[in-house]
Amino acid sequence: MSQYLLLIYQDEAAYSGADEATLGEMHAGHGAFWGKHEGAIAGGNALELTPMATTVRPNGGDFTVTDGPFAETKEALGGYYLVEAADLDAAIAIAKDIPSGMGCIEIRPIRAIG
Amino acid sequence: MPDPVDVAVAVADAHRREWAFVLAATVRASRDIDLAEECVQDAYARALESWAIDGIPERPGAWLTTVARRRAMDLLRREARFRDRMPLLVSDEATPGPGDESDDSEWDEAEWDETRIPDDRLRLICTCCHPALAQESQVALTLRLVCGLTTAEVARAFLVSEPTMAARITRAKKKISAAKIPYRVPPPDELPQRLTAVLAVVHLLFTTGHTAPVGADLVRGDLVSRATDLGRMLRSLLPQDPGVAGLLALILLTDARRATRTDRTGRLLLLEEQDRSQWNAAAIREGLALVGQSINTGGPDRYALQAAIAAVHARAARWQDTDWEEVVRLYDVLCDVWPSPVVALNRAVAVSLASGPQAGLDAIAVIEDDPALRGYGYLPAAQADMLARLGRDTEAAAAYESAIALTDNEVEQEFLRHRLALLR
Repeated sequence: MSQYLLLIYQDEAAYSGADEATLGEMHAGHGAFWGKHEGAIAGGNALELTPMATTVRPNGGDFTVTDGPFAETKEALGGYYLVEAADLDAAIAIAKDIPSGMGCIEIRPIRAIG
Repeated sequence: MPDPVDVAVAVADAHRREWAFVLAATVRASRDIDLAEECVQDAYARALESWAIDGIPERPGAWLTTVARRRAMDLLRREARFRDRMPLLVSDEATPGPGDESDDSEWDEAEWDETRIPDDRLRLICTCCHPALAQESQVALTLRLVCGLTTAEVARAFLVSEPTMAARITRAKKKISAAKIPYRVPPPDELPQRLTAVLAVVHLLFTTGHTAPVGADLVRGDLVSRATDLGRMLRSLLPQDPGVAGLLALILLTDARRATRTDRTGRLLLLEEQDRSQWNAAAIREGLALVGQSINTGGPDRYALQAAIAAVHARAARWQDTDWEEVVRLYDVLCDVWPSPVVALNRAVAVSLASGPQAGLDAIAVIEDDPALRGYGYLPAAQADMLARLGRDTEAAAAYESAIALTDNEVEQEFLRHRLALLR
């Protein structure tokens, strides 16, 4: 088994502008996802939107701390799941079950260290 | 002692014919594509020495498979001590695919019988064509792993530089390992999704064999045969698919002309010079039936359209009877379905035959600055023919010179030199 991080990218403007019904459907979708893949999920969280982000960058022995994400993009990281899967095909099958109507899922294999 | 020349020929022949089978069989044993590739290359190198002493084995493929697999297993056993590399692991979770009844990962050398090794070439191709790999990487990887082409040959088939291609292949292999792309034929419900990429790969394999990028021979019959075999295998899996039928039709109708594409001295013959009575009638019959079926069952599929163009030639008893207007019409549709500068170039040649050489040159003028055609020898060759037909011999000669400089196929070079000589 391998671990994959499933990164949920979404259009924050669409998310902020979504009505109650859409948000409710999305939360229910995540609930269903947890239920279906409980055995595979090793962790997962939703993130606050990028205006809540703070970026810390080394700067000649010191650090520069700035407001916002390191890169401004239309679709931003909004949450993630860490899952166990046999191979990439299995990870793709799991990713297809994540509610992603406002963006997409990026699958990143966890690199084995040591 | 066998003649060293015979040995070299036998090794080269085994490389062309057996590479994919030997590599797939070694991957099956080692579950590590990179390691398997090293071991197969090593087996071919050893064959040159060993066969010169012991003679050429009756079944070169079996000999190579045995040597490559033995070396792979030796290296894997020693891997604990020599773990200085990141192995490209092949998934153990593979779903059994066609011809995959036996799992010989617990391979026992003493009991091993090479006739029991399933043909894993389709499995290898499906792995190379996984959607998580960019399409250009899929085709590159397939030519490298399934056809055993060198990186330089693959680079030329793609019209890119060798370092670019080397980096592309390395990246693709690394992704198979790091992301754990499974080594398997996808189950039937996923197979159609994989098909577009696989067809593109088989088509490229065919075109690479139909006019070999390098070497003394125009055609590499083994690659053409492999493409044909794969086309038939795909058709048996997906008999209703118009793309599969179209591609197989295209291969059959194009390859039906193989015997007439060069004369007895090996000189390239143009379509108009070929003896059509020598075209392979059985392949043409089969191809025409497939074209009809493909066109009737699907939308305008890229391969079916190309096959339909080949069918126009197959139906014309003589060159003069060719319906060039119909060929141009089919190319017009093809340019919509599959916009590609190479297709546009072929269309321009058809235009020159339907409406005259100046119309052809005008059509080429629109596309000649396309970066994808830089270094593509057929472009100046087509221009040269059109210029020659217009009596613009000096420009035609310069264009032939450019074309000669851009091809590494000796038969094509000779053909172009001959055309050039006719001008002078």
